[in-house]
Amino acid sequence: MLTDARLVAGKDLRLEFRSRVTTTQVLPFVVAIVLLFGFAFEPDADLLVEVTPGLFWMTVLFASMLSIQRSFGIESADGVRDGLRLSGMNPSGIFLGKAAAVFVQLIAVEVVLGFTVTILYGAPIDGLGVLIVTALAATAALAGAGTMFGVLAAGLHGRETLLPLLFLPAVAPVLIAASQAHGLALAGDSGSGLRWSALLALFAVVYVSFGALAFGPLLEES
Amino acid sequence: MTAIPPVDAPGAPAHTGSTATRYLGFVVAGGLALLVALGLFISPPSIEQGDATRIMYIHVPSATTMYYGFGLAGFASAMYLWKKTEFWDLLAGAAAEVGLVFCGLALATGSIWGKPTWGSYWQWDARLTSTLLLFVLFSGYLAVRALQMDTAVRAKRAAFVALFAMIDLPIVHYSVDWWRSLHQEPTLARRDPEIDGMLLFSLMTGMLVFALLFTWLLIHRFRVEFLARRHETKGLADAIATRRAEVHLDQSHRSPDVLDASTGAMETTP
Amino acid sequence: MTDAVFVIAAWLITGVVLVGYAAYVIQRGKALSRKVPVEERRWTSK
Repeated sequence: MLTDARLVAGKDLRLEFRSRVTTTQVLPFVVAIVLLFGFAFEPDADLLVEVTPGLFWMTVLFASMLSIQRSFGIESADGVRDGLRLSGMNPSGIFLGKAAAVFVQLIAVEVVLGFTVTILYGAPIDGLGVLIVTALAATAALAGAGTMFGVLAAGLHGRETLLPLLFLPAVAPVLIAASQAHGLALAGDSGSGLRWSALLALFAVVYVSFGALAFGPLLEES
Repeated sequence: MTAIPPVDAPGAPAHTGSTATRYLGFVVAGGLALLVALGLFISPPSIEQGDATRIMYIHVPSATTMYYGFGLAGFASAMYLWKKTEFWDLLAGAAAEVGLVFCGLALATGSIWGKPTWGSYWQWDARLTSTLLLFVLFSGYLAVRALQMDTAVRAKRAAFVALFAMIDLPIVHYSVDWWRSLHQEPTLARRDPEIDGMLLFSLMTGMLVFALLFTWLLIHRFRVEFLARRHETKGLADAIATRRAEVHLDQSHRSPDVLDASTGAMETTP
Repeated sequence: MTDAVFVIAAWLITGVVLVGYAAYVIQRGKALSRKVPVEERRWTSK
């Protein structure tokens, strides 16, 4: 299963590297959101710093939808999906591979987003350790849940529009926990922040496990 | 072409009712009347919230009934994935929709209750917030069911969405709860510290009556779902039959070449 | 009755929604029953 995962992850990441969709589309999108939120509220430094954690993670959620749609968009051409199905690879392995690729891309996005937010909103970078742990756990949860909903919503017959509706409410807990942890880390309260991170790790385990189990049956007959 | 029997053939019900639903319907109607009497007139106003407590007699039952609906949908979805029989898929869909109706009611009544009690229609109360999230989650589930695609594939996908929603439920509850507990707020979740006997009785009556109402609605909704599925598959079968008929007509009209009945080979008249 | 408006609103909305939904389901049931052939109208375990 893990070799299949590595194969698929490698394929997805190589594709991304060559097409650079994340760098040319998702990153500018993310920066645009940060900018637009700035416009939506007053350029009030205090306010922006206060809402940074929430805005950061909302933006990650939006970015993850793009990544997931892309992750399954590449499979829709030329019967690639059938190829995946018939390849004899372990479906859970395929799931883990795709989720891992999404994970890596999202981490990259978060790093850039972190810089952007620090500069534009003047958010401090305290509690970096907690921030990193939070980001890893939350991103894993998002990648897991997203890949599962992705295969469900991917493909033809106008299913793509379902992804936001299914995905966003489902990962609301991740948003809550990540924003809380992020906020507490920035405020210097690492202890409490880590408790939320632990919760996020639990979410990640649950979502990834569910996704791994569901992916096989969902991949059949698209 | 097969003759379709007349709609009003003897013994053919042209509706989703039955003896069972008739009896149940009467009981439910009576129960609702009792609930109105109890809730609006007989039971006393509470000490803390005055008459606003009367809203609880429908809010709490709506919420519990919502859980029956969603819980049943989750259970039926799991059963569908196991047994793969249409029955479970139809049941899941019906239960989810009826559950969603009660979910909406729980939200509306909860919000209306909030205005005189909290002072505003929404206070990000943990329970109400989780309920709203559930509403959105199951709306997504129904959206998946509404997709035009092969019924078996769709049923499987919908089942997974429902199962995920069920698994997410405790996660959502816990995180929203924790999130709200951090922002100090009078615990208004404790509805009435000293529950008057009559208040409790009215509440229980409400829950029972709503549960029966749910069952009545579920039976009808299930039958509607069943009929809709029959109609859907029949529509497809009819379309295929019509197409086949067209092909045959096409070929039999093409003389002098005639299809040889025994060999199926085309025979050209010399 | 204190807060009468809210109490009445809540009960009224509930009543309207429930009766409306019930009517909708029954109506759909009748319409579909007419379109589906007689033998196929009820679920029976096979």
